[in-house]
Amino acid sequence: MTPVIEVKGLTKKYGELNAVDGVDFTINQGQCFGLLGPNGAGKTTTIEIMEGIIKPSSGQVNYYGKTATTTDISQQIGIQFQHTALQDFLTVKETLTLFSSFYQQTISHERLIELCDLGDFLSRDNRLLSGGQKQRLLLALALINDPDIVFLDEPTTGLDPQARRNFWQLIGKIKANNKTVILTTHYMDEAEQLCDDVAIMDKGKVIEQGTPEQLLSRHFKDVFINLPKEDIDKQIVAENNWLIEGNKVVISTSTVEQTLAYLIKQNISLTGLHVKSPNLDDLFLKLTGHSLRE
Amino acid sequence: MNISRFLAVVKARNLEFVRDKSSLGWSILFPVILLVVLSFVFSGDGKAAYKVGVIDLTNVESNFLQTKYIDFVDYQDVTLAQTKLAHHSLDMVVDFTNQRYWINQDSPNGYLVEKIFLAEQSGFEALSTKGEKIRYVDWVLPGILGMNMMFSCLFGVGYVIVRYRKNAVLKRLKATPLTALEFVSAQLVSRTIIVMLTSSIIYIGCNVFFNFYMLGSYLDLFIVGLLGSLSLITLGLLMASRSKSEELTGGLLNLVSWPMMMLSGVWFSLEGAPKGLQFFADFLPLTHLVSGARKIITEGASLSDISYHLAIMAVMTTVFLSLGAYFFNWNTER
Repeated sequence: MTPVIEVKGLTKKYGELNAVDGVDFTINQGQCFGLLGPNGAGKTTTIEIMEGIIKPSSGQVNYYGKTATTTDISQQIGIQFQHTALQDFLTVKETLTLFSSFYQQTISHERLIELCDLGDFLSRDNRLLSGGQKQRLLLALALINDPDIVFLDEPTTGLDPQARRNFWQLIGKIKANNKTVILTTHYMDEAEQLCDDVAIMDKGKVIEQGTPEQLLSRHFKDVFINLPKEDIDKQIVAENNWLIEGNKVVISTSTVEQTLAYLIKQNISLTGLHVKSPNLDDLFLKLTGHSLRE
Repeated sequence: MNISRFLAVVKARNLEFVRDKSSLGWSILFPVILLVVLSFVFSGDGKAAYKVGVIDLTNVESNFLQTKYIDFVDYQDVTLAQTKLAHHSLDMVVDFTNQRYWINQDSPNGYLVEKIFLAEQSGFEALSTKGEKIRYVDWVLPGILGMNMMFSCLFGVGYVIVRYRKNAVLKRLKATPLTALEFVSAQLVSRTIIVMLTSSIIYIGCNVFFNFYMLGSYLDLFIVGLLGSLSLITLGLLMASRSKSEELTGGLLNLVSWPMMMLSGVWFSLEGAPKGLQFFADFLPLTHLVSGARKIITEGASLSDISYHLAIMAVMTTVFLSLGAYFFNWNTER
């Protein structure tokens, strides 16, 4: 099967700065592909080159096996940008009508309103929308032409936790319709929730790629067992070379059963025990030596 | 060019303008306030000196020309001088070569200046014209309307496009199948409708109170206005074609609007101005809009009489639009 999108040797230079520095990946039909990385990693530049908004310095983007420059893909894609204002003095309903007029094929407003939950503020001026309402409207605009490919650039940045969870559900519905979704984010939990395939970017380069599970199992054999510091004798901590982080003792192990049996044998209370699997945050820290949020 | 996409943008832009109450109100109130103020300020005849038109002034020698407090203005064209006399812009016209002079029977100034003239000269044939006095408010009307149109065209289009570019509205539109041509022409058409509509409302509304002088045809006036706004809007589009900075574009727009405000004959006639200045003013679209409209209103000129102004505005529109479309950029990269 031809991949939906192939990105080959993409670079983008701004003067001396290599914003994107030789990026390759492929995205298959129906996948949710996540571009992960801290701010300034080159995610937005990469995704905007794919959308045809920015011209690359070199490299190419293929859609269904054809170079993007030779085929007009604007009818087939939907885009939600990171920072977009909408025309002032237009209502949500009027904005939907305006954008509908741009496309040959559109989905009905009723369906869109229901899907993105716009019903409560249809006749409100764009300027008066809350953060979550605006994000939902922008997503609706991205979906208005019933696109096969949906680009979402940090769709949940700046939303409260409740609004983020609602947004994830929405994206789940889109995926269920066999759309291909390309998402950038710097939230690792978001990527773990939504993405089938993940490319981690740092300083313009893709430093790791795979499913979230693959990536974690490739880099982490151990899980972490946390126990309250006061429950364990200091001597035992020292003997086993365990780490102390704040008021916790962190035991890194690949054989959880043996470790637990050892703890029970030592008569250590397991009441405050907490087992934690490594997540993509830990992975990013391990790969780059700095944390994602920096 | 897809018509439904184009019309949707025109409609959206019109809605945006009509709902922006402050800018709508201002674009209508501003010229009305100016007209009212000017009509009060210039209601009395403050001029101390008389103005006499002399045919072929440079070759005339006469003691009359030494009279103090009379301005003597050279005219080569007798008909033109007579028109000025009919409008009370001149108090008297003298043709020394053919030993004749004209005064306006409706003008008290003409009566007085005739007495002075006859004290110095005799044997001239006395001729007279008639004509209602053109008030300053009649004369300045096309200037005020033109100036208001200029600001609305330049800033209404220029600022809006730069603001759209800055806050990525343009980027969002670029990501749709909408083309630059569709977008730009929609801005052009929408602003033309707005400007022509508001100007017509102002003209018709003020006409009730001022009962403006009008010798020419309203249709001709409308056509001049239309061509003038097209040339000004395309100039605004050109100024806003690339930049993302409101400050820079604001500066550019001021750079073109201020010379027009001062030098396009909005407030005073350019007739006596230095040749260099008149030459420069010829490059400003507003000059042609104002003087074309003024000739229709005060001289009853037809479209063919002002074809020079119409042609220049058409050329300007074409040049500005081509350059604007060529330079147009949806989003400036960093």
